[in-house]
Amino acid sequence: MDWTILSFLTADALQNGTIYALLALSLVLVFAVTRVILVPLGEFLVYAPLTYVWFLPAEVSGLNLQGQIPGTAWLAAAMLLWWAILDRTNLRRAGLLALSALGVLGLAWWGAQGVPLWLGWLLAILVVLPIGPASYRLFFEPAKNASVLTYLIIAVGLHFAFMGLGLVFFGPEQFRLPAILGGQTTIGLVPVNNQAFLVYGFALLAMVGLYLFFTRSIYGKALRACAVNRYGARLLGISPSQAGYVSFGIATLIACVSGMLLAPLISPAYFQGFLLGLKGFVAGILGGLISYPLAVVGALLVGAMESWASFQASAYKDAIVFALLLPILLWRSLQSQELGEED
Amino acid sequence: MKRVLVGLLALGLGLGLAQQAPLKIGVVVSATGPAASLGIPERNTLVLLEEQVNRRGGVAGRPVQFVIIDDASDTTQAVRATRRLIQEDQVLAIIGTTTTPASLGMIDVVAEAGVPKISLAANLEIVFPVDEKRRWVFKTPQTEQQMSQPIVRDMAASGVKTAAYIGFNDAYGEGWARAFEAAAREAGIQVVASERFARTDTSVAGQVLRILARNPDAVLIGGSGTAPVLPQRTLRERGYRGLIYQTHGVANPDFLRVGGDLLIGTRLPAGPVLVFDQLPPDFPNRQVATSYVQQYEARFGIGSYSTFGGHAYDAWAILRPALERALRREQTTNLAAFRRVLRDEIEATRNVVGTHGIFNMSPTDHLGLRFNEAAVMVEIIKTPAGKLDWKLLRTFR
Repeated sequence: MDWTILSFLTADALQNGTIYALLALSLVLVFAVTRVILVPLGEFLVYAPLTYVWFLPAEVSGLNLQGQIPGTAWLAAAMLLWWAILDRTNLRRAGLLALSALGVLGLAWWGAQGVPLWLGWLLAILVVLPIGPASYRLFFEPAKNASVLTYLIIAVGLHFAFMGLGLVFFGPEQFRLPAILGGQTTIGLVPVNNQAFLVYGFALLAMVGLYLFFTRSIYGKALRACAVNRYGARLLGISPSQAGYVSFGIATLIACVSGMLLAPLISPAYFQGFLLGLKGFVAGILGGLISYPLAVVGALLVGAMESWASFQASAYKDAIVFALLLPILLWRSLQSQELGEED
Repeated sequence: MKRVLVGLLALGLGLGLAQQAPLKIGVVVSATGPAASLGIPERNTLVLLEEQVNRRGGVAGRPVQFVIIDDASDTTQAVRATRRLIQEDQVLAIIGTTTTPASLGMIDVVAEAGVPKISLAANLEIVFPVDEKRRWVFKTPQTEQQMSQPIVRDMAASGVKTAAYIGFNDAYGEGWARAFEAAAREAGIQVVASERFARTDTSVAGQVLRILARNPDAVLIGGSGTAPVLPQRTLRERGYRGLIYQTHGVANPDFLRVGGDLLIGTRLPAGPVLVFDQLPPDFPNRQVATSYVQQYEARFGIGSYSTFGGHAYDAWAILRPALERALRREQTTNLAAFRRVLRDEIEATRNVVGTHGIFNMSPTDHLGLRFNEAAVMVEIIKTPAGKLDWKLLRTFR
């Protein structure tokens, strides 16, 4: 292994690690506030670019979809409607939710009629975004004060449901998406896809944004209060449900945008989200699912391990990355007695 | 009076049909699940054949009925379907199934019941070596070993001295790794790297770097569906200028759609039916392949055909004459004896021209294809109209 190879591998590790970092941040955020390990986050990540495919003109996507509305729009609308029915006692909110269900369908219809690329890009995110908070309302909130394990089981169930729906909505094959920035830039010896710079840019933006959100804004502080002590936060008038919606919303937004930026580099398919989410989870675990900086460090470490393993022993790549979990879990469980216990 | 006549007519028809009990053939295909893109054209082809055969008076004057069951690309379901077909439907023979693992799982069941089976899956192990159980099992698709031959010969003809392999880390990729490495060794081509990747991978930079470090003249990518686009794109992005080969697992329109222009110049082996209209006029299966594609497209739409349906067509091309010969020797009411005779007659298949080649079975060879007719080398090109398409590069006759 010489310097050229090492620098190539580092570039690859950085690109993968950045995506894992974004997912790990979202997972830590959601876990801290709601005690939910959001396994289906990877599905949200692929839903957005796959929805975008349905908004692309036929000559770009190579498909003849004839203005079909993507399945994710129906899913989002159905979940919002269900939410409206659950909250029917609060007429104003129920009305707003029902309206936004219609709105999502409207946006999807508009997108499917053929819109400029940038508009379709935004519409795809808007269509998928409600699925996140709605998942919290429909599946996690009814199980109030359940154990971490119960939440995990619900989350795993949701992951299987969303992945299966992904297959129904988008079919088994991959898709090609246009890059926002085409071409490559050579840094030193390493050619880097220009699209990858957008991923790095977004990762920095997301990290700074989250930092400012948590330290400067009242919503962010409320979320932190929830994360520190939910009971105490409630006594101070912070609604845990709202904290749940906001954290799920932020996590879904980060996942969707990451997916949209990553998609041109990987040709997304319905099955690709899970493994990305899982590696983000491994990264999050490295930080004990409580520390944001450690999660980012963990993500870069996972990316580096993966690159190194795929170079040295490609047949065992995933085995090596997931075997990384074992010593770290052992070490962490020796370090802390009550990891993620209730209140 | 009229009513009586209608009644008599109905009675007559009923009697006629009773004498003409249909010849029941069991079919197991993966019409849903991950292998659906292969299983659907297979099912469509058999539906088409059933209609056609019965419209033209059936086999030896008796109608044919395909009892088709979908195994959802799942081994357990395939085995269950096989049992049902044998015990409840009392089929004479079974065609199926689409995938290798499920086809292997069905062997025990058909051997135990003594029912001949023609598999539509690729792996050589389904029919080799022919032993007590595999006596009952035949298959129509080319094996990886046969498909490796055209690749290696094309490499040799293009002056390739060193080659690298990168393939799926599953049965498909491993099978290809073994077959390709053996064939390359025989032809004096050195395999300098053998890497694996997963269908679900989002980056193969590490593997590609290792290949680039060895600087091979050619790279073979052993995958199916659309996932093999990723290593090819990474190779080109990292500046690889050599030849890139794919396997026949990518011979589908989705691969061209996802890969786009970077696929231009890619070479792959394929059954001749893929480029049926470009085959030389004296190519022995040109006519059969052409008529198959025309019939298929007339029923299911222009551009809908794939090579996979051809395997089902070939299974029937073998089974039909074997049925005719068996019917002359044994009554179908004597089911166990008839199945035995039918097995012998399938094994006696000689010079059956199918869409993918010429079948000559023997007691030691239950596939009976030679790669010379069963494989051609194809290159992906851009047509003047700006569309990607398959172009016949080389035949091996």
